[in-house]
Formats: sequence, structure tokens, C-alpha cells
Amino acid sequence: MFKIISKEVMAHNVKSYVISAPDIAKNAKAGQFVMVRIDDKGERVPLTIAGTDIEKGSIRIIFQEAGKTTKHLGRLGEGDFIKDILGPLGIPTEIKKYGTVAAIAGGVGTAEVLPVINYLRAEGNKIITIIGARNKDLILLENEIKQNSDELIITTDDGSKGVKGFVTTALEDLIKKGVKIDMVYAIGPVPMMRSVSKLTKEYSIPAFVSLNPIMVDGTGMCGACRVTVDGRTRFACVEGPEFDAHKVDWDELISRLALFKELEKLSDDKFTKERNECFEDNPECKCHRK
Amino acid sequence: MPQKIEMPQRPADQRTKDFEEVTTGYSEKEAVAEAARCIQCKAPQCVKGCPVNIDIPGFIKHIAGKNYEESIKVLKDKNNLPAVCGRVCPQENQCEKMCILGKKGEAIGIGYLERFASDWANKNLDLVKPNITSNSIKVAVVGSGPAGLTCAGDLAKAGYEVTVFESLHDIGGVLRYGIPEFRLPINVLDKEIDFLKSLGIKFVLNCLIGRTKSVEDLRKEGFKAVFVGTGAGLPVFLNVEGENLNHIYSANEFLVRVNLMRAFAFPEYDTPIYKGKNVAVIGGGNTAMDSARTAIRLGAASVKLIYRRTETEMPARVEESHHAKEEGVEFVTLTNPVKFLGDEKGFVKAIECVKMKLTEPDESGRRKPVKIENSNFVIETDLVVLALGLNPNPILPSLTQGLETDSHGYIIVDDNLMTRVPGIFAGGDIVGGDTVIQAMGMGKKAAKSMESYLKQQPLESA
Repeated sequence: MFKIISKEVMAHNVKSYVISAPDIAKNAKAGQFVMVRIDDKGERVPLTIAGTDIEKGSIRIIFQEAGKTTKHLGRLGEGDFIKDILGPLGIPTEIKKYGTVAAIAGGVGTAEVLPVINYLRAEGNKIITIIGARNKDLILLENEIKQNSDELIITTDDGSKGVKGFVTTALEDLIKKGVKIDMVYAIGPVPMMRSVSKLTKEYSIPAFVSLNPIMVDGTGMCGACRVTVDGRTRFACVEGPEFDAHKVDWDELISRLALFKELEKLSDDKFTKERNECFEDNPECKCHRK
Repeated sequence: MPQKIEMPQRPADQRTKDFEEVTTGYSEKEAVAEAARCIQCKAPQCVKGCPVNIDIPGFIKHIAGKNYEESIKVLKDKNNLPAVCGRVCPQENQCEKMCILGKKGEAIGIGYLERFASDWANKNLDLVKPNITSNSIKVAVVGSGPAGLTCAGDLAKAGYEVTVFESLHDIGGVLRYGIPEFRLPINVLDKEIDFLKSLGIKFVLNCLIGRTKSVEDLRKEGFKAVFVGTGAGLPVFLNVEGENLNHIYSANEFLVRVNLMRAFAFPEYDTPIYKGKNVAVIGGGNTAMDSARTAIRLGAASVKLIYRRTETEMPARVEESHHAKEEGVEFVTLTNPVKFLGDEKGFVKAIECVKMKLTEPDESGRRKPVKIENSNFVIETDLVVLALGLNPNPILPSLTQGLETDSHGYIIVDDNLMTRVPGIFAGGDIVGGDTVIQAMGMGKKAAKSMESYLKQQPLESA
């Protein structure tokens, strides 16, 4: 059992939990993830570790409520327990001196990129972080990112803050301005990572992406997370989750992520319906705490 | 000589509607009658065929004498998981193969009797904890599958303080995530685990040694010896075109979803599974049979089992392939997939196969299949399960210094199952084991080696 020490609502549907998990905190490195199962009936889902505190023995996860499991997770509160958390999993980000690194993040990827830029910066890299969101209210961790970057560029789809456009708009501007970028690291929604991959390929800039395929055990046992990289099948859970962006078969990844779309919707609808009923029947119900 | 008493089983049309056990076990009368067939050889060959050296005539004699409590004592003396072994061991290739009665007639139903005694005990006896004097020496077992559980059980009985580390959220390894409930009911497994817990064994779940903690961490925590039974990891794929299309699963994924994650009860349980209408299972082992029979129980209209050799060469137990056929699994033999075909959304819709023929025997002694040119044909399907075997799990060996592996990724061990690192032992699929009972045999052997290793250590460090 893993106790939720604190909970923070970061943006609409985006929540941050600090969870007691001393062994994971002690051994986690940038780029790694955990498998989470909320309760005995829960599924196992991968979530990137967004930070650790070794002294307090805690890890931080940040997630967006998208389907049944993340919505359920989002209903938990401080002091509640999560049944199972396994980690840290996956190969950590390779931390070395690249020169100038453009770290690109979208959605909850913004939280997940934080440990990566911390480590890379400590290694002497110059960090230009580009974060993208649909609008200004969805920008996460702006101050923390700013403190840990040499330069921060914000882009919003609607132009409500920073550059109007996508992260790739900002990245291409930098390149065209003649800023020498030695490596690009991208984490976030698949279409975003794919666009970054396409752009960096055009300009021959090495790029790494952190992939988020469906996983079950997360330890290499089942192959649910297989992705084709450079024509070879790789297991993202044990051989990733980071890969050379230019070699990823993006069409396949997108198709495989939609594998259970209908069933996921069914589960989500059932959850929402039950919770609504539950609310009417029982106003004391714990699941409605903020 | 009276004939072997058949194992009672539920009719196929009834049992395919649920996940409950197929065979129902001997009644007392049947068990006693079967036990009475044993001629109690002076030099029993059956024991030589048992990887954990159970006193087979001994436990059978007590059943014949209706002294079931004594019978289970004899079994548990050597076997920590008799209710499991009575169900899933391939007795026909081991103890029963050696049985003298088998030369002229039918061997004794040793497995059936083992199951009878274990089930009787689970039903009628409270857990009786053997008298153990703790020696306060801490040992760690990594992995809670058959190898780890056996090793842990023997070490606990010998007085060691055993902690088992498991990466999944439940105990049992392949016994829980792999073998379906219709062959090994969960409550049977849970009872065996309760017995092990009664020996004082501690279980730590959600702990992947190598990642959550290192073997070095375990040493620092005071564990004086470590057994590695991390099992088979990565599923084997065919490496043919279209293999990553949607609804093509490894048997591990398919079975983990159903067995461990209870996806058959989706959406009550959160893990989804696609149930399939025309299912194709590739492979001819027990896991292929388990997958095919699971697909039938999930409601598939048709399940084909595609195998590149003939039924004679299938590695599955005869009992399992027999049950599969009874339940409606269609065997398509001498057939091999060359390509998977998908629809515009990336879901599998067919398999392109070739016909095969058998030639001279290969290194495994089985006749080697070769493809017949221009024999390509198409099998339509909407769900494919690949049951092609597994490679050893690389996580722990790759993250533990000094733990050498061979070219297949198996951990290299000496005759005593000690790895290249003193104090670290290994057994089961991670060193190249194959069956549950082989893994258990290795777990047992390793426990003995660990005891002698620990006794040789100077007192202050041991």
C-alpha cells in the first residue's frame, strides 16, 4: 500500500500526487516510470515519475484525467492509499554532455520533463525548454521549469500566452535563427512528438522521445508495449521508454494506442455513471472528495 | 490387474462456459481403489522419475490404508506445492513413465493420487505448522514462481528467515498469471501459499530486484544468500510482417490479462481484453493449449491452433491437447504463418500461412519442418495469440554485477546452482528450466546448496 502524502490540482483535470514510496524514490532516475494499480479490480497503468524526494521517501506523479483509471485516481485524496506501485521501471535517460539541448514538452509531459532537464543541466548542458499547451490555463509548472532552464519558451494554440502556435513553431524559429541545437528531447502527446521528430529529421538534429504505449506488467513479460524502432520490434517497458525519434514507426504506435478505444470508453462511461448515481444515493461518498 | 481409474471430468459443453476446473478429482472410493493398485516396489523406479524425490509408494500406501493425514505428511516432506503438482506436473513423462505397472498395463495415477491427498488435506485439516527452530539467518528469494516458492519453503523449514521478493502485485509467478483457473484454481494456489506463509516466509510484492532494489541492497540489508528464480521473461515473436497489428498478442499478455488481471470480468475489473470471434493460436505447447481453451471460454465462435509440425511432435501434454479438442479447438498442423494481414485501421484480419512437411530429426529429436513452396493460403481471424515460448527475463542479470549469462540469456550456474557470484544461486526458467516441476526441482536443489554454502561461512558474517 502506498500513501498519498499530498495532492495538488495543477490545471483542469491535471493532478499531482506526492506518494510515499521510499525504495522507488531512492533508486529512481530521470526518464523512468512506475506501474500503478489503484485497487484489487484496477488495471496496471504506466505513469512517468515526475520527481523524487529521497529524504522524505516520496515520489511525485502528475497525470491528466483521461479515462476510467486516471479519473478514479484523480478522485483519491490525501491520506488515501494506492494498492500497488511498481518501479522505477525502464532505462533511465542517458545523461551526458550534448551541448545545447532543446527539451520539448506538451500536456503532462511538461511535468515529466522536469527531472530530465534537471539532470541534463547538472551535467553542463544548456537547456532551452519549450512547453506547449492549448491555452494559458493549461500550462503546468511554469516557475519550476523556468528555474531549471537556461531559456523557457511557452507556446499556446490560441496565443493566450507566449508564442501562438505549436512547440514545433517555436523550435523551427530557433533553428532558423541559427541557434545550434545538439539534441532534442520530447515528451508529451504522440502527435506532438511525431511533429518534433519530423522537424528534427529535416534539420538532422538528433532527437529522443519518451513513448507511452499500452503496458500490462511493465517488466518485459507481455509485449503489449511493443513498438517498431528502426524496423525492429522493441519492448518500450524494458528497452525504452526512450527511443531515437527518427526511427520510431509512428503510425503503428498511434494505431496500437487506440487498440482498446471502445472498451476504454465503456469502462469510462460505467465509472462516470456509477459515480453520479453514487452521489445521489450517498452524499457522504468518499469518491467525491475533491 | 485392475485398470487405472479414470479422472472424473466435467463434460466439455458445460466446462467451456466458465473458468472452473475441468477435472473434478477422485472420490475417496476411487482414490483408495487406485492406490490399492500400487505394488509397493522394493526399489521404486517412480521416485527416480520425480524431480523432487517424493516417497511415492509411501504416500500411496497411506491412501490405500485410508490414512490421508499421513499421506499428506509424506508428500509435504519433499513437496511444498503438492496440490499444484498433482494438477500440472507432466507425470506421464516423469514418475508415471517409470512405474513398473506401465510396462504391461497402465501406470499408477500418481498425479491423481497426489491431488487427492492434497485436496483432502486442504479441506479437512487446519494448517499444521511444522516445528521450526529459527537460526536467524536472513536469506532472500527473488521471484515467487514455482522455483522460488519451493526454495523458500525448504529454507524456511530448515530454520532460515526467508523473504520472497515479487515484482507483480500477487504471489505465484506463472502459477498465477500463466496457468488458467480451469487447470489450477486460484483457491488451490492460495492454500499452498498460506502453508508457505505459515512457515514464516515473508512476501514483499511490487519489488523488482534490479530496479526497485539491487542484489547489493539485499546484501546490505543483511541477506546472507540470494536465490534468483525470476523466470521466463520476454515472449518470443515470429518476426514476420504484420506481427504488431492490433489484436495480435503474446500468450503471456493474453493469459496475464485473463488470469492475473481478471479481464474476463471486464468492466467489473478494469483490464480490457478483446474476446475474439475467429481466434488463431500459434504454437503447440501447454501455453498454446491454455490460450486456445481460454479463448473458447471467452466466447469465441472458432478457435484454430496452428502448429508447424504434426500432433505427434506437439510439446503439450496429451491430456491438454485432448481436452482442447474436446472443447472444440481445431488443430491446423503442418502449417506456419508467414505474414499477418490487417485492415485499414491496423487490426489483424487474416494470417497468410504455408504448408509444411517433416524431414529428418533436428537436435531436439523431433522431425524438422520445412516449408512447401507455393503452398500459401489464408486463414481469416480477428484475434491471434502467439504461444511460441519465452526468453529468460534479462532485468536482474543485466543489472547485477558479475552475474554471467550464456548466449541465450540464461544465468550460468555450477552443479550446485550457484551463479558466478558467491552466495547468489539461481534456478527455474532463468537458468533454462522448462516445466513447473523442473523449476521446483531446481528450487529444492538450490535450497540444499544454499544451506551448505551458509554453513561454510564464518559465523560473524553468516
